[in-house]
Amino acid sequence: MFAYFLRRLILVMPVAFGVSVICFLLVQIAPGDPLTAIMPVDATAEEQAAMRAVYGLDKPLPVQYAIWVAKLAQGDMGRSIASGRPVAGEVFGAVQNSLLLALSAAAIAFPIGIFLGFLAGYFRDTPIDRAVTAISIAGVSVPNYWLGIVLVIIFSVNLGWLPSMGAGPGGSQDWAWDWLHMRHLVLPAVTLAVVPIGIVARTVRALAGDILTMDFVQALYAKGMSRGDVLRHVARNAAATALSVMGLQLGYLLGGSILIETVFNWPGSGFLLSNAIFQRDLPLLQGTILVLALFFVAMNLVVDVAQAAIDPRIKRT
Amino acid sequence: MAIVDTAPPVTAAPAPAGTGYWSGVLSRMLRDPLTLVCLSVVLALVLSAIFAPWLGLADPFKGSMIQRLKPIGTPGHILGTDEQGRDMLARLVYGGRLTLFIGLMPVVLAFFIGGFLGIVAGYVGGLLNTLIMRTVDVFFAFPSVLLAIAISGALGAGIVNSLVSLTIVFIPPITRIAEAVTSGVRALDYIEAARASGAGTLTVIRVHVIGNVLSPIFVYATSLTSVCMILAAGLSFLGIGVRPPEPEWGLMLNTLRSAIYVNPWVSALPGLLIFVTSLCLNLLSDGVRSAMNVRD
Repeated sequence: MFAYFLRRLILVMPVAFGVSVICFLLVQIAPGDPLTAIMPVDATAEEQAAMRAVYGLDKPLPVQYAIWVAKLAQGDMGRSIASGRPVAGEVFGAVQNSLLLALSAAAIAFPIGIFLGFLAGYFRDTPIDRAVTAISIAGVSVPNYWLGIVLVIIFSVNLGWLPSMGAGPGGSQDWAWDWLHMRHLVLPAVTLAVVPIGIVARTVRALAGDILTMDFVQALYAKGMSRGDVLRHVARNAAATALSVMGLQLGYLLGGSILIETVFNWPGSGFLLSNAIFQRDLPLLQGTILVLALFFVAMNLVVDVAQAAIDPRIKRT
Repeated sequence: MAIVDTAPPVTAAPAPAGTGYWSGVLSRMLRDPLTLVCLSVVLALVLSAIFAPWLGLADPFKGSMIQRLKPIGTPGHILGTDEQGRDMLARLVYGGRLTLFIGLMPVVLAFFIGGFLGIVAGYVGGLLNTLIMRTVDVFFAFPSVLLAIAISGALGAGIVNSLVSLTIVFIPPITRIAEAVTSGVRALDYIEAARASGAGTLTVIRVHVIGNVLSPIFVYATSLTSVCMILAAGLSFLGIGVRPPEPEWGLMLNTLRSAIYVNPWVSALPGLLIFVTSLCLNLLSDGVRSAMNVRD
């Protein structure tokens, strides 16, 4: 098992390297001089050159990249141009809030998706199956930022049940597990859960449907096993694939919550990202993307290893 | 000379078979009622967007201070007006132009670029394959929404920038499918036979490979159109896609957000159109898939 983990870890290294190169290049493809955001308009050529040297912008690209990575390794992601604070601190604070949102959405989406998918796979080609299929197609087709607005219109504007913005009363940024804070989580988490419900339901439906027609299921019934026990065998066979889909979905939830965070003014990484974009704060943009992408890479690794732990057939390939 | 002599009969053979196949696919698609409905909806949206100037609509750019945020059903403004008093119906129809263009074009571009890269990687193999596919792997390390926002955010708002960033997002998945299908086909005996009878690499790819890999790649690409629509409108919604005052559904959804307390349902209309379009594209893609008998 440990050997398998090491092998996967080695395979992840080049990908992580590639991710860092792309994040580094993001700043390079940005139009305009990164200095214009911080320099006064009437800065002289010498002042600009001095500033360029301070930020290391006068060196060739590969050298800049090496310096950037060396600093990264020490946890230094540069300073935000807009706020002047270290990027690392801002990003990790925001990622925590995003993680809270993503995990809440996953806690809603995965059980519902598994339940619906299993129901549809078990009752294949019945009205139940068709209803679930319709739900999952609608789920994957809905622009969730629009769904968020619709939920705000219904539950905040018309009914006045739930708040539409922020992560706490009075725009507070400090999270607490009480109802005053948690009611702020309800709408964004439900909105974010809709797409993974559709995807998980679709996956589990296909899996359950396929496994239920396999010979071993017949054999188990034939030897007199009860329906519940047979379903446990089916669930175990489906677990590895279902787990990998859910792991990826968790990564997507974290990386894809940007639009939803914007809709609900949720103070997470997406919110930070859109601020960074509008203030042309490239170090902050770069740092946020890097952390989110590396989290996704790590998530993939965890999923791979967990999958192998559940299903011994995978390790051999 | 020998290749020139043998090439024409080889190219001539698949042509009639191809037409028969595609007309069969089309007739199977048209027999499925759900697919037919979705096809009509998408066609209606595309045609109304193309012919918007000839539909006798109001001017989508002309606002009016006293006509702001009229509700649905106002005489003269069937679907109400937006926050600047512009006619919603006209803006929605005109908005279809940019929304559908930016929502569909990246998949078309990625189909050609990714298809080319994947076929080359799959057929040539070796170092080139490693180079292309490992690069693709890196892009897979980004969730698609994040990648689109990262590139668009760095490049800045604008139609061309949105096209570029979305095309980059969709090239890797298409390349991966194209590579997988191509290396599958390459291992088949008839490719060996074609090469043994003297066909050059380009001839084999053009005549024997493309015809066999194109439909699975095409079906896969159609399944991406709905995501692309949602992403494209999402970029505009974030303010890093189409620039105002251009009508575009995602952008309209964003600017109307300030109006949800005044006129909630008018402000939800652009998003409803994105939803309907993406739903139809998804169902249409399912229809194409089953009509072409492709299993994934």
